[in-house]
Amino acid sequence: MILDSILDILTGLFLLLGGFLSVAAGVGLLRFPDAIARLHATTKPQILGLAFVLLAIALQERQLSTILLLIFLLIFQMITAPVSAHMIARAGYRGGIIAPQSLLVDELEQAIDAAPEFDDSDDATPSDDNGESSAPPTSVPNAHNPLGNDEGTQLDG
Amino acid sequence: MSEWVFIAVGVMLLVAGLLALYRIIRGPSILDRMIASDMLLTTIICALGAEMVYNGHTRSLPAMLVLASTAFLGSVVVARYVSRRTNS
Repeated sequence: MILDSILDILTGLFLLLGGFLSVAAGVGLLRFPDAIARLHATTKPQILGLAFVLLAIALQERQLSTILLLIFLLIFQMITAPVSAHMIARAGYRGGIIAPQSLLVDELEQAIDAAPEFDDSDDATPSDDNGESSAPPTSVPNAHNPLGNDEGTQLDG
Repeated sequence: MSEWVFIAVGVMLLVAGLLALYRIIRGPSILDRMIASDMLLTTIICALGAEMVYNGHTRSLPAMLVLASTAFLGSVVVARYVSRRTNS
């Protein structure tokens, strides 16, 4: 039948795309110089490559129960893969593993520098060092200090 | 479907897994190892899917579901206890 051959061709194409994304991420993992760059390379096939493989399965097994389970699987991966990537990048930034020289633009540091000023502006006294409002200015910079806790690092979640 | 598609997909997934394994062994910091192990798990999930397409069954779908929903726990736990002293 002509429909089955078209679906077979599409299945092979999606499988090849998934495999190509995986091997491209592997080459990026081998060649890139930094942990952040390697993270950038390897998070691509975690969603898109898996989505291609799941599309290939869905085109080959055309049943409603299988397709529902595949949608569930893709949703689980879309929920959990950014969590691990963000946790790894955050731990690398705060633990000092990511070298600051390798970052061209450090928007997180600007956001961290801007965060206590934003909380001081709530108290209507912008140049108040350590006044009576002690609790918010001391808790907020410790929570956002990237490299202040140098050893025995407790990376609070 | 012709065989060479599956051979090519298998070779590509094997190469991706071997490169991830190389980065796990040679990774300079523990974060590189965790990134590479995440990628190795994703490659395993893709290989399970490709094997299901090749053999025409759906018995590996629960294993794929469990792997996709719990693969992040290892890197989250490791990333929580990373400090500067682990940078070897």
